[in-house]
Amino acid sequence: MSLDQAVRSETSLDRLVAAAEVGANAPLPDDDIPLYAPRRNIYPQSVHGTFRRIKWAVLVVTLGIYYLLPFVRWDRGPNAPDQAVLVDFPARRFYFFSIEIWPQEIYYLTGLLIIAAITLFLMNAVAGRIWCGYLCPQTVWTDLFLAIERFVEGDRREHMLRDRRHWTASTWGRKGVKHFLWLMVAWWTGGAWVLYFADAPTLVKQLATGEAPLIAYVWIGILTFTTYTLAGHMREQVCLYMCPWPRIQAALTDEYALNVTYRYDRGEPRCSVKKAEQLREKGEPAGDCIDCLQCVHVCPTGVDIRGGANLGCIQCGLCIDACDNVMTKLGRPTGLIAYDTDLNIKARLEGKPSVFQLVRMRTILYAAIIAIVGGVMIYVLATRDSEGISVIHDRNPMFVQLSDGAIRNAYTIRIVNKQLKYRNFIISVDGLPSSLVDFVGLPPRADGRQLVDVGPDQTREVRVTVTDYADTPPAPSTSILFKLIDVDTGEVAEMRDHFFGPEQKP
Amino acid sequence: MAEEHREIDPLTGTATTGHEWDGLRELNTPLPRWWLWLFYATIVWAIGYWIVYPAWPLVSSATQGVFGWHSRSALVTDMDELRARRGPMVAKLDAASLQEIANDPQLLEFSRALGRVAFADNCAPCHGAGGGGARGYPNLNDDDWLWGGTLAQIEQTIIHGVRSGDEKARIGDMPAFGRDGILKPDQISAVVSYVRSLSGLETRQGADLELGKDVYAQNCAACHGKEGKGNKELGAPNHTDRIWLYGSDRQTIEQAVVNGRGSVMPAWGGRLDEATIKALTVYVHTFGGGEK
Repeated sequence: MSLDQAVRSETSLDRLVAAAEVGANAPLPDDDIPLYAPRRNIYPQSVHGTFRRIKWAVLVVTLGIYYLLPFVRWDRGPNAPDQAVLVDFPARRFYFFSIEIWPQEIYYLTGLLIIAAITLFLMNAVAGRIWCGYLCPQTVWTDLFLAIERFVEGDRREHMLRDRRHWTASTWGRKGVKHFLWLMVAWWTGGAWVLYFADAPTLVKQLATGEAPLIAYVWIGILTFTTYTLAGHMREQVCLYMCPWPRIQAALTDEYALNVTYRYDRGEPRCSVKKAEQLREKGEPAGDCIDCLQCVHVCPTGVDIRGGANLGCIQCGLCIDACDNVMTKLGRPTGLIAYDTDLNIKARLEGKPSVFQLVRMRTILYAAIIAIVGGVMIYVLATRDSEGISVIHDRNPMFVQLSDGAIRNAYTIRIVNKQLKYRNFIISVDGLPSSLVDFVGLPPRADGRQLVDVGPDQTREVRVTVTDYADTPPAPSTSILFKLIDVDTGEVAEMRDHFFGPEQKP
Repeated sequence: MAEEHREIDPLTGTATTGHEWDGLRELNTPLPRWWLWLFYATIVWAIGYWIVYPAWPLVSSATQGVFGWHSRSALVTDMDELRARRGPMVAKLDAASLQEIANDPQLLEFSRALGRVAFADNCAPCHGAGGGGARGYPNLNDDDWLWGGTLAQIEQTIIHGVRSGDEKARIGDMPAFGRDGILKPDQISAVVSYVRSLSGLETRQGADLELGKDVYAQNCAACHGKEGKGNKELGAPNHTDRIWLYGSDRQTIEQAVVNGRGSVMPAWGGRLDEATIKALTVYVHTFGGGEK
């Protein structure tokens, strides 16, 4: 028995509530169930209203950022690219406006991912799958592709009619134009993608003249294919069958999270406008839902929201717009479908007031985590050093005895210069009473100073020997401190390591 | 039979699979059709793999695949590619003198990288992974060199070896003073004490250092020098420093005096190419003990 039937045959509210909570309305199976389910064609109808406007605005802003950001310039001086956002794989750098990330600082990405995940959870705790409905790339591109489809093939009715009738030249022509436009958008999408990995204006020029590296064309091809397939052909199938988020979301959500909800306390029993008037005159209960199916027709995933919370619902709110338009025309209050909770429906049925509890333990906790991780990231970014030193002690031999009995240890030191200019460093060692620091293969400067110069935004590896000339032999292990000092600015980076000596005989 | 138990779930209207576990029944939700098609497509893809890549084992070989791809030939291709990429730098190494390599930061870095690999492949079994040496195998990190620690001297030792049979091999001969009856036991005992005293090691009480000095002057000084400072032309170790290749205890030194010494290092000239030997030379020189 489907939900529709349950609703029609059984008006008991308890039964309704139970049915709505389960909330699926799959078709009745045939006698023999096939291995697969054929795809149901969905022809979403255009709609106007608040949430549609929000979706258009989000679409323009997000796609605008995506397509145009690579062309934004950011002056970093002569020794670095001037593209605001650039993933420079050959040089192993990531540039984001004033921030430059080295490969070893990839933990910033971890921080970003934590923030992204918790933000998703916070969105879910506040209003369910609003990520899915407004911000998800799949939704945004599908929305754009649907707009193109409606522009070329007409709105729902026109499109359905044309598809079902004998296909004329006009039908074929429209299909051709639609797929061409889809491919163009998909191609631009792939084209914009590769611009994040090389200097955008140069690459555009190279692409236009056929001189771009092969990998650029390959990636444009891949993204053209995925965009065209996912946004044009797969659409709601991605949300229904591929995406893990609906499953995770269902496990994460709670009863206070706002969901696009059909307020059956107000909508049932469904009846025509006339019948509703008659019932109301008699003082009998009459629902506001007139079963016009507008909410179903506008839905991009083909859901009947009146069946209750549904895996297929991406919470985009278009059914709210559709229903509000109908209610306005009928002179009934809007909000028959709205962001609400089942808890409130039950409360209203029991005559209690609705409660919107957006600030609760869960949302506070999510917000706190975002604030803490974000704060830590900002602090670390703001206070990070522009120079660094890493030290590897020789594994074999651990120490060397020289002919005069002195003990020497050798280290491989990598000096990091994150500034975009040449810098001169000296390296000193603290912790040994009398020691000599030597650079292998690096002659002292004319003035006798032992300096290491490191190029802009580069690292340099040097081999350093430290010799202990003390009369008494050093301990088997002494903690020493390497200090890397910028001779011009006095900035210091430190690294602790060990100086090893022979085991002392008792 | 499952068919008989299959029923429609009243709440969802979906058929069940007919399986039941402790009252729990499973809804039968079929896959979307495209998913099934993707599955078939992967099977077709797998057949393509069989055809283009080596796949089916036969009695004494395997199907070769139409691409002719082979893991061994792929390795050869990769190695060739690597060699081609190194080519320009290797050519520079060939052309440059050792001193030029040591003075050029780029060549030095490349030599050290190339030398590290060559050292691990060829030298580490005796001299240790970092050139730390072992008893009888010199430590290449210290400042004590049997045959000299300048770039040219190191290169010559690598190319021609030590007592290797090579025409220009480094040869020095530590005679078996005891075995051949050149010295008598009391002379040997005395000279061992004297040799230990040269580097400030303890000597036995009552050791006849005068006799030892005398024996040393007559038998050892020709190679090791009057003051025991050694001679790099002959590979004669310095007796006055703190470094002992075989050990500084009496017994070890006595063994050397009685039986002589003659450790061997192979000549690498014919085995390794010129650039690799140059890289090895520079690498060993930069261990820290290299001499000007």
